[in-house]
Amino acid sequence: MILHELMSLDLLRIIWWLLLGVLLTGFALTDGFDMGVGALLPFVAKTDTERRIAINTVGPVWEGNQVWFILGGGAIFAAWPPLYAVSFSGFYLAMFLVLAALILRPVGFKYRSKRESAAWRSGWDWALFTGGAVPALLFGVAVGNVLQGVPFHLTNSLMPIYEGGALGKLFGLLNPFGLLAGVVSLSMLLMHGAAWLGLKAEGPVAARARRFGTVAGIVAAAGYALAGLWLAFGMQGYRITSAFVENGPSNPLYSTVERGGSWLQAYADRPWIAIAPVFAFLGIAMAVRGLRAGRELGTLLWSKLAITGIVTSVGLTMFPFILPSSSAPDSSLTVWDASSSQMTLFVMLVATAIFMPLILAYTAWVYKVLWGKVTEDDVTGSGHSY
Amino acid sequence: MEFDLVELSRFQFAMTAMYHFLFVPLTLGLSILVAIMETVYVMTNRPIWRQMTKFWGTLFGINFVLGVATGITMEFQFGMNWAYYSHYVGDIFGAPLAIEGLMAFFMEATFVGLFFFGWDKLSKVAHLIVAWLVAIGSNFSALWILIASGWMVHPVGAEFNADTMRMEMTSFLEVVFNEVAQAKFVHTVSAGYVTASVFVLGVSAWYLLKGRHIDLARRSIAVASAFGLASALSVVVLGDESGYSAGHTQQMKLAAIEAMWETHEAPASFTLVGLPNQADRTTEYAIEIPWVMGIIGTRSLTQEIAGIDQLVEEAEVMVRSGILAYDALQTMQEMRDETPEAVRLSFEEHSEDLGYALLLLSYVDDPREATDEQIQAAAWDTVPNVWVIFWAFRIMVGLGFAFIGAMAYFFWRASFKQMQFPRWALRLAVIMIPAPWIAAELGWIVAEYGRQPWTVDGVLPTALSVSQLTLTDVWITIIGFVLFYTMLFVIEISLMLKYIKKGPHEDVEETERWMQRHHHRLRTTDGKLSFANPAE
Repeated sequence: MILHELMSLDLLRIIWWLLLGVLLTGFALTDGFDMGVGALLPFVAKTDTERRIAINTVGPVWEGNQVWFILGGGAIFAAWPPLYAVSFSGFYLAMFLVLAALILRPVGFKYRSKRESAAWRSGWDWALFTGGAVPALLFGVAVGNVLQGVPFHLTNSLMPIYEGGALGKLFGLLNPFGLLAGVVSLSMLLMHGAAWLGLKAEGPVAARARRFGTVAGIVAAAGYALAGLWLAFGMQGYRITSAFVENGPSNPLYSTVERGGSWLQAYADRPWIAIAPVFAFLGIAMAVRGLRAGRELGTLLWSKLAITGIVTSVGLTMFPFILPSSSAPDSSLTVWDASSSQMTLFVMLVATAIFMPLILAYTAWVYKVLWGKVTEDDVTGSGHSY
Repeated sequence: MEFDLVELSRFQFAMTAMYHFLFVPLTLGLSILVAIMETVYVMTNRPIWRQMTKFWGTLFGINFVLGVATGITMEFQFGMNWAYYSHYVGDIFGAPLAIEGLMAFFMEATFVGLFFFGWDKLSKVAHLIVAWLVAIGSNFSALWILIASGWMVHPVGAEFNADTMRMEMTSFLEVVFNEVAQAKFVHTVSAGYVTASVFVLGVSAWYLLKGRHIDLARRSIAVASAFGLASALSVVVLGDESGYSAGHTQQMKLAAIEAMWETHEAPASFTLVGLPNQADRTTEYAIEIPWVMGIIGTRSLTQEIAGIDQLVEEAEVMVRSGILAYDALQTMQEMRDETPEAVRLSFEEHSEDLGYALLLLSYVDDPREATDEQIQAAAWDTVPNVWVIFWAFRIMVGLGFAFIGAMAYFFWRASFKQMQFPRWALRLAVIMIPAPWIAAELGWIVAEYGRQPWTVDGVLPTALSVSQLTLTDVWITIIGFVLFYTMLFVIEISLMLKYIKKGPHEDVEETERWMQRHHHRLRTTDGKLSFANPAE
C-alpha cells in the first residue's frame, strides 16, 4: 500500500492534532452535559419524580455521548501512542478514580429505578453525582498539570518512567494550578448541564438548574481568567531548542527542549488563536444571560461555544507541545515527535473520514427523535424510562 | 508470598478482562436474539412477540451496561498498566481499537438508548432497525477487538523501526485479514450466541417448570434452540479452524494444548486425556486417539506437528539470532545516520528475532552478556503452562460438544414434538445456564494464557510490557477493582434474578391495548404522531 504517501507525515500530524482537539471537544460538548446533570442531580432535583426527570433528560443519550471519551482514548492510543503510554500510566491512580467514577454512571442510570426502595435510589443518585463530578474535576486537573509539565523521562529504548511513588504521583497532580484548572472544568460542565436541564426539563428542576448554572458560569469565567493570568505571570512555558524535522521519526529524544518564556508567547506568534479565549468568555457571558432570562436552545449553544473555546485554547496555547516533561524536558512529547507512523495516521484518517460523518448524522437523528421536554408523565406513565 | 510488578499487572489484567467477558458474550448473542424476536413481531404483528422482545430486552439491558462499564477499564488499562506495550505496538494495536469505537461502539451505544426509550416514539419498522443496529454494532465491536487480539498472537503486517524503537504497521490489510483474527472472530461471536441461547433456554425452561408464561417460554425455546444449534456447530467448526491455523501460526500453543513434548511421526495422535508434567516433560496416563491431531493441525496425514522440545530448540536459535539484532540496534541508536552499512544489514537479517533477545532481559541487563544457561532458560520460557492449557482446552471442547447435543435435543422437541419437553430436560437446561460462561472463560485462558511469555508473540515479552509503577499503585487498583466489581456483580445478579422472577413487564392483553392505541403511529414509517397523543 502506497496510498498513504499521498499525504506527508507532517500534514497528517497536524490533522491528527486537530482531530484530537475535535474528539476532546466533542467529548466535553456531549458527555459534558451528562456529567453536569449528574453533578447537579442532588441539588436541582429533590423528589424522586424530579430526580427521574433530570436523569431521563440524559437517559437515552449518555451512552452514545460517552463513546466520545472511549473514542478519544482509542484515538490517542492509535495516533499518539507515546502520549497514551506516558499519561495513562503516569496519572495512574487519578485514572483509576476516573474509571471507577465512569463505571458508576452506566450502572447508576440503568439500575437506579429498577427497585422501589428509597435507600437504593438515593445510593444510585450519589453514584451518579460522583460519576459526573469526579471526572469533570479530574479532567481539568489533568489538563492543568499538562500545562505545567509532568515529571517523566524516557529511557533510550523509549520506556516511559514517571517519577514518584503511588500517592506521590496522585497528590503531585493536586497542586494549586491543577486544582484551579479542575474548578474551571467542573464549573464549565455544571453550567453546561444546567443549560441542558433548562432545555429538556420543566418546572422546579429547570428553575433550580438555571440558578446553579448562573453561579457555575461566573465561577468558570473567573477561574479561566485567573488561569490566564497565572500563565502570564506565574508559570514558564516550554520551547524546542534544537533543530527538529516536522516529518521526522517519532522519537522525542531526537530534539532538545527547555523551560522558559511564557506559554502566552503563542498569542504573540499567532495572534489569531486569541479567538479561542474570546469564544470562551463570550460563550460564558451569553450562556449566563440566557440562563437568567430563561432562554433554552440558545443558552445551550452559547454554552457549547464557551466549552469549545476553553478546550481548544489549551491546545492552541501549547502547540506544538502535547505533554511536556518537567523533570526531563528533552523527553517532552510534541506534535512532531510523538505520533504514529505515516501509514497508521493515514489509515485512521480514512476511517475517520468515512465514519465520523455517519456518526454525526445518526446522532443527530437520535436527538431529533428524542426532541422535546421530559415531563412528569414521561417518567411515571410509560415504563419506557429510567 | 511475594509478587512482582509483572505478576500483579498480569493478575489485574486477567481479572478485569475475564470479568468484562462475563457480560460480553451475552450481549453479543442476546442482541441478535432480541432483534430476531422483534423481527417476528413486526412481520406477524402478534403481541406475544413484542412481549418477548421487551422481556428479553430488559435482561439484555441489565447485562449490557456492565459490559459497557467494564469495557471502559479495558480501553484504558493498556496505557495505565502496559505503557511499554502501548508504546511498542500502539502503532498497530491502537488502530483497530480506535476503529472499533468509530465504526461499532458508537453505533451500538447511540442506538441502545433509543431501543429502550423509543417504543413510544418510533414506528415499528424504525424501532426494528434500531434493534438490529444495536446487534450489528455489538458484533462489529467484537470483530475489531479480535483483530487487535489476533494480532497479538500472530503479528503480521508490521516491522520494527529502529528510529522510533517500536513496531510499525506495514500493511493494514494484513492486520485486518489476519487469518487468526478472522477465525477467532467467528469462533468468539458464535460462542456468544451459544451463551445467549443457553441463557434464554434455561430461563424459559425454568418458567415451564414453574408453569408460568408458557407461551413466552415455548416460543423462546424454539428461537433459542434453533439459533443455538447453528451457533454451537459454528463454534466447534471455527474452533477447528483456529486449531488448523495454530498449526502454522502458533505452534507452541498447539503443542501445549496437546502436551506434545516430542515431535511424533505424522499423522500425530490426539491425546484425549492425561496428566502433563512440565518438570519431567512427559504426559502421564495419556489416552491417545491415533491420527486425529495431525488432521486437525495440518489437514494432512503426512505433515509433522512440532513437539515442545523441538520448538524450544528452535527458540534457542532465535534467541541467539536476536542477540545479534540487539547488538546491531545498540550501534544504530548510538550512531544513527552514521551507522555502517554492515551493521544495518546485520540488523535487517536478525530483526525478526529481536523479541527473543528481549526475553533475556529477565536474566541480564544486557542480552549480549547472557550465558549459555541463560539463553537456554530464555528458550524454555517460551513454553506456556502446559497443564493449565491442556485441561482448559479439554473442558472447553467437552462443553462445546455438550451444547450441540443439548441444542439439537431441544430443537428436535420444539420442531417435531409439539414443544413438549420432559421435566428432566428442563431441569438440565436450568442447570446448564453457567456452562457457556465457563467454556468462554476457559477459551480466553487457552488463547491468552497460552500466549505467554509474550504479549505479542515473538515480538515483545510480557515481562517487558508493563508500566513502571510501584507495587502500591497496582495493589491499590487491584483491591479497588475486586471490591468494586464484586459489588457490581452482586447487584447485577440480584437484578437479573428479580426481573426473571417478575417475568414480562406487560401481559399480552396490555401489549394488545398498547398496539391498538398506537395503531396509527405504528403504521406510519417516520414514527411521527398522526394525532394528538394523550399522556400514557
